Amino acid sequence: MIALRGLTKEFPGGVRAVDSLDLEIGDGEFFALLGPSGCGKTTLLRTIAGLETPTSGRIEIGGVDVTGTPPGRRDVAMVFQDYALFPHMDVTANIAYPLRIRKVPRAGREAKAAETASRLSLSELLDRRPGQLSGGQQQRVALARAVACHPKAFLFDEPLSNLDARLRLEARTFLKRLQRELAVTTVFVTHDQSEALALADRIAVMSAGRITQLGTPSEVFRRPATTFVASFIGSTPMNLLPGVAKDGVLRVAGAEFPLPDGAPEGEVLYGLRPEYADLTTREPGEKGAFPGKVAVVENLGTAHLVTLECTDHLLQVVVPEGAEPPPGTAAWAVPRPGRALLYRDDTLVGGA
Amino acid sequence: MARAESGTLGRRPAVGFVLPALVLIGVFLVFPALWTVYLGLTDYRLTGLAAADPQVVGAANYAEALGDERFRTSLWLTVQFVLGSAVLGQAVLGFAIAWALRDRRGPLKSLTEGLVLLAWILPSSVVAFLWIALLDRDGGTLNAILHTPGFAWLLDHPMASIIVFNVWRGTAFSMMLYGAALENVPPSHLETARLAGASTLQQLRDVVLPHIKGHVLTNLLLITLWTFNDFTAFQLTAGGPEGRSEILPVYIYNVAMSGGRLGFGAAVSFLVLVVNLVLAFGYLRLLRSRGEVRPS
Amino acid sequence: MTPVRHMLGTIGRAAFLALVLGFFALPLLWLASAPFDAHPSITASVPEFTLANFRALLDNPYALGSLRNSLIQACGSAALVVTLAALAAYALSRARVPGRDALLYVLLLLSSVVTGTAAMVPLFELATRLNLIDTHLGVVLTLSGGLLPAAIFILKDFMDATPTSYEESARVFGASPGQVLRHVVIPLVRPGLATIAVWAVAGVWGSFLQPFILLRDPDKAPGAVILYTLYTEGGAPRLDVISAFSLLYSLPVVVMYVFVSRRYGFRFHGGIKR
Repeated sequence: MIALRGLTKEFPGGVRAVDSLDLEIGDGEFFALLGPSGCGKTTLLRTIAGLETPTSGRIEIGGVDVTGTPPGRRDVAMVFQDYALFPHMDVTANIAYPLRIRKVPRAGREAKAAETASRLSLSELLDRRPGQLSGGQQQRVALARAVACHPKAFLFDEPLSNLDARLRLEARTFLKRLQRELAVTTVFVTHDQSEALALADRIAVMSAGRITQLGTPSEVFRRPATTFVASFIGSTPMNLLPGVAKDGVLRVAGAEFPLPDGAPEGEVLYGLRPEYADLTTREPGEKGAFPGKVAVVENLGTAHLVTLECTDHLLQVVVPEGAEPPPGTAAWAVPRPGRALLYRDDTLVGGA
Repeated sequence: MARAESGTLGRRPAVGFVLPALVLIGVFLVFPALWTVYLGLTDYRLTGLAAADPQVVGAANYAEALGDERFRTSLWLTVQFVLGSAVLGQAVLGFAIAWALRDRRGPLKSLTEGLVLLAWILPSSVVAFLWIALLDRDGGTLNAILHTPGFAWLLDHPMASIIVFNVWRGTAFSMMLYGAALENVPPSHLETARLAGASTLQQLRDVVLPHIKGHVLTNLLLITLWTFNDFTAFQLTAGGPEGRSEILPVYIYNVAMSGGRLGFGAAVSFLVLVVNLVLAFGYLRLLRSRGEVRPS
Repeated sequence: MTPVRHMLGTIGRAAFLALVLGFFALPLLWLASAPFDAHPSITASVPEFTLANFRALLDNPYALGSLRNSLIQACGSAALVVTLAALAAYALSRARVPGRDALLYVLLLLSSVVTGTAAMVPLFELATRLNLIDTHLGVVLTLSGGLLPAAIFILKDFMDATPTSYEESARVFGASPGQVLRHVVIPLVRPGLATIAVWAVAGVWGSFLQPFILLRDPDKAPGAVILYTLYTEGGAPRLDVISAFSLLYSLPVVVMYVFVSRRYGFRFHGGIKR
């Protein structure tokens, strides 16, 4: 278990990269730190590794306070964004390096390296230098080096970002399977929301050194706690339309909905994911639909992204294959029940 | 990512790592420079009474130097040497070679560059003797070629000899600096000027010079600094005959080391240090203004 | 450009290059011919081929010994400069040392200002007081002091260009600062270390003034000083010895120069000379 208590990291010049942060990561959990660049996620990871000294607060790994412990004695393994494979050592020597530091005799550590390598399908490459490996192979060697020293936790800094798009999906599946098999607590940093959703058991969405939302991928995807998270998560950004709630009725972009119980009155932002609305070209009888004209149709492969020009606003809807109307058509977007969210002051205040 | 530069190394080991180098530099570079100032204020000598018990004489050395005919001559010879061999000789010849070779490839370019570079990298003792042999009165190759047997170049024209020698010795640096600079002149600019009918001189003035101004300044400052401090001429003429090629470095050696007047020599050395400081400051400011600090 | 002007330009350029070639080749001719000439004279000429001149070196009491002295002084300085500069450059590149940029700035200034010429008096004095006159160590220390600032600067460039993730990776696996240096940093910057070593060897190998001042004993004198005494001191110069010795003494520098420029490209600011 990794526990962070009131952790703050302030750089000279007063920049608070991590701001009094509390977090507990469970044993064997695959945990994602997600956020845009500059949100402090990498600094947080480096502080857990011991590469940065926290300004205040505590770090516990496996119940032991390691706040003042140097990086090498925290029993964690880190995979860097650029993999940091030593270019002057072959694959065997790279994988065996942590064991060399622990003074494991040469024969023992080379056997261990070979065993780990075969587990990660690297046996053919043991004599190569990093410069002779492809990006995907380098990434697996870096993983193997981390695996070989049996740490209490893995720390991955953007583990997939240096791979090209096709390889990334393959490596993602591989990584998830490896983590399941080893069941070692893993913290990884990413700026790619789809990566975090796909891999993690839980996600901490970070912004300005703080955790904005903590939850499982489906929690974070379905009920983003703030408009920041709402716009950050999802391959197509959430529609956020200004609306007014008054006398039990919510009016948004030409549509009217009954205001759910407990929702406050006044100005709100109405959030709806493009995937959570249906498009129809026949006028529905009720008022709970957004009327508009099809402005743009973008092909996403198995679906289409339709941009609807409503009164004063644009609304995007994902439409299944074959159901997309031609541009210029009059159409109505009907939100699925219970999927819309209401935000006030950028914070989630209820559903609609 | 907003990450301040990380301290991979702790403060204490870092100091331990830097310290040995700093001690050596301090003892053999900084301290001598400071000591020059002090020694220059004394009448310290290599031998005799003033060797055992040197007295502080204040600015007397400086007053004496300024009144000394030999020092003033040496200063004037140094100016000739620096202007003639560095500013006019090396810089102009170096640029001309770089310009003539700028769009050439192949063996002629390699041969020319190779020879010019060879003159630069051979040890000073070797090149000094090569020139003694070349300029020799009786059997020198130059007299053989010019059919001027018995002409004593080093005795009759010592200054001209060491100036030409230093042009030969040091042109390589200017050639390479200007060669690199000329590569940065966009060919399209030169072609535009050529299409407009500009002559070579006009092209140089209007297109090339504006692009390499910074390089010219760097070049002039560095070769001035190096030529000003160059001791190789000593191995050709030792300042003679009769001090007619006694540039400042040689003068200092002759006065302080051969003549034993260490205090007086230190005073003159201090003047050299001050000139060096001015030149080096100019160079560093130039580098800073161009945003690149590199060692000389 | 008119054809005539164009032709004149081409001819002018060819004539100029021919003059340049002549000017730079002329003094070197003797070095190429005399060492192999059975009767070397002061004039460059086509030699009557022989290698006897090199045998004459063996009979000279100082010639070969001086090359050994050059080697000791050059390698000693290179070892010292590379070791101290690597440590300092690593620390300056990797640690938050207060005033680091100012320090480098001052060092750089000093290395170009405090030349052998300007500091010959205090260097001689210092060596006298420290009992370093007539020792290899005196020459090594004096020359190293002058080479170090530029060496630190060039090596810091190399270190700065090496990502810190290599070292951080090693640290997370538990390597101590010494292990990080031995296992990771030194292998990574080896090309830089080699460049500095060759640069230092070449610089010391050719230097004349400092050993000339600091060494009185001809048994300690390096090639530069011995060669100078061969043609300045006493009687008619032995041209057979001088020519063969000049060539032998020059070769290492030329070889090192070719090695460095082939291998790492020529960077004249941090290049092989100065």
